[in-house]
Amino acid sequence: MPLAIRIYTRFVFLLLITTLVFGMLSSWSYLYPEIFNRYLPFYQLRPVHTSAALFFIISAATLCIILFNRDTLGRNATSGRWEQLFIFTWIATILVIFGYYGLKKFGGREYWEFPGWLAFPLLSSWTFLMIGYYKGWLKCADKKPLYIWMWSTGILFFFLTFIEQNLWQIPWFRQSFLRELTVQWKANGSMVGAWNQMVYGSSLFLMVMISGDKSIARNKKAFFFYFLGLTNLMFNWGHHIYNLPAHGWIRHISYVISMTEWLIFISIIQGFKNKLTEARKLRHMLPYKFLLAAEFWVFANLTLALFMSIPAVNRYTHGTHITVAHAMGTTIGINTMILLGVLGYALDIDNKIGAGRKLFIRSYRLAQGSFIIFWLSLVLAGILKGYRSVTLNITSFQEMMEPVNKVLVAFSVAGIGVATGLIIIVIMYWQAAGKSQSFVKVDK
Amino acid sequence: MLRLVWGTLFIAFCLYTGWVYLYCDEKTEIVQNDPSVAKGWELWQQKNCQSCHQLYGLGGYMGPDLTNIARDSSKGKQYMHGFIKYGTGRMPAFGMTDEEVEHIIDFLAWVDKSGLSQVPAEAVHWSGTYMIEN
Repeated sequence: MPLAIRIYTRFVFLLLITTLVFGMLSSWSYLYPEIFNRYLPFYQLRPVHTSAALFFIISAATLCIILFNRDTLGRNATSGRWEQLFIFTWIATILVIFGYYGLKKFGGREYWEFPGWLAFPLLSSWTFLMIGYYKGWLKCADKKPLYIWMWSTGILFFFLTFIEQNLWQIPWFRQSFLRELTVQWKANGSMVGAWNQMVYGSSLFLMVMISGDKSIARNKKAFFFYFLGLTNLMFNWGHHIYNLPAHGWIRHISYVISMTEWLIFISIIQGFKNKLTEARKLRHMLPYKFLLAAEFWVFANLTLALFMSIPAVNRYTHGTHITVAHAMGTTIGINTMILLGVLGYALDIDNKIGAGRKLFIRSYRLAQGSFIIFWLSLVLAGILKGYRSVTLNITSFQEMMEPVNKVLVAFSVAGIGVATGLIIIVIMYWQAAGKSQSFVKVDK
Repeated sequence: MLRLVWGTLFIAFCLYTGWVYLYCDEKTEIVQNDPSVAKGWELWQQKNCQSCHQLYGLGGYMGPDLTNIARDSSKGKQYMHGFIKYGTGRMPAFGMTDEEVEHIIDFLAWVDKSGLSQVPAEAVHWSGTYMIEN
């Protein structure tokens, strides 16, 4: 295993541990700011948690692509030099970003709170990845399976949306508050779609590998849903800013496009029986367990998203903890589960776990059980906030939040369970990565 | 065929992006020309106010949404100044100068002029969408 990949794998695991530890700390500092304000204030903890979470998802997704790209596109498709350049500049920039957070030096926009100039090394780093990836992609003349399409789309759109996300640094965009906010959330919304393409692409790749059925990445239905996802990536970002008095068409287009997601919802229900048969056959495989969990969270979060995408409902949910439930549900429940599944497969965790299998399954169950309480607490907190602010029209923030904060105690306690379960799993992955022949080889 | 569909979607995306940049805000009179507002916005980001506060429901959940705080007659400029300068039990003091606090207040007053954070019930259309006047 090349040194760069070995370092990058450990860096990805460290990012997940940072996300979980700082997530836990943030939730308690939210509830008891008087205790935390002196040394670790919420405004410092939150960016570390959110940035670590985003960097974990994006880094793990690129790690999966780098690991499997050469196997799927052909061994000689890329030298790996550009990928190495990407890995080292990417890691170095992220470390500098956390250094800035440690010094309480901010300056960016939500989720990307670091000073604006740091966007340039991140963008340069991504450019190295793109050069390496597309060089291999161009050399491969074969008809490409869907996961290659998805990886290529994700890499390109992350590049575009990251640039868009930084347009606030150009004065023209700051001339109007509504314009700046619209562009900001257009970029953020589409960027989620971009990393989902990379993550779901890897999930599809994993399904092909463990089922041995190559047709699932080549059939017409799969491509139909890919284009549906791509359309949503491009045009369904408006639900973040429904309440903004921007041009009405932004709202209407987003509303109409978001309703196409009902097709995904129906498809999940239709495929439920097949999924059960598949689960009975493959449930002994540890990576598959993560994919199964992700399926459940796709269903739960899609249901939530479909309702939140109706402006009349969004009026009650916007700016409440339901939005957080959706964000956490997708990043932890879907993205993290898929990535742990794919990385578990890549590390051949089933064969390396040995006597630790029982602890692994217990940790998995602890994380899943706690996450259900965690997610439901956020939904309940959101319903309470929405009801008290919109229906009861309570204007005093303290009064409005009183019952909400009580529910959030359950959320914070459940957060400890989620973090504990996932950290144990990550430690096992770390150990597996240290053994020789760390990564499995895949057939083209 | 796949490339054609992809290309068509990408062109539509580029055109839509250009349209959004140019026409998303039709209120031309709110164009910013006040350096104090620009400085206040910069400070808003440097002090990471967005971690705890929301503008148009976007941001953190620790403190209240501040989109229309400037028009709240029960608060006023002096109250805001004291709050930002000295903090409270929940909100830390950021050690800002009086001038910096004024910049943030000017920024919040400018944000307030852009519209209302909460959508009134009468703006909800039968189809489920909103009809908000820009």
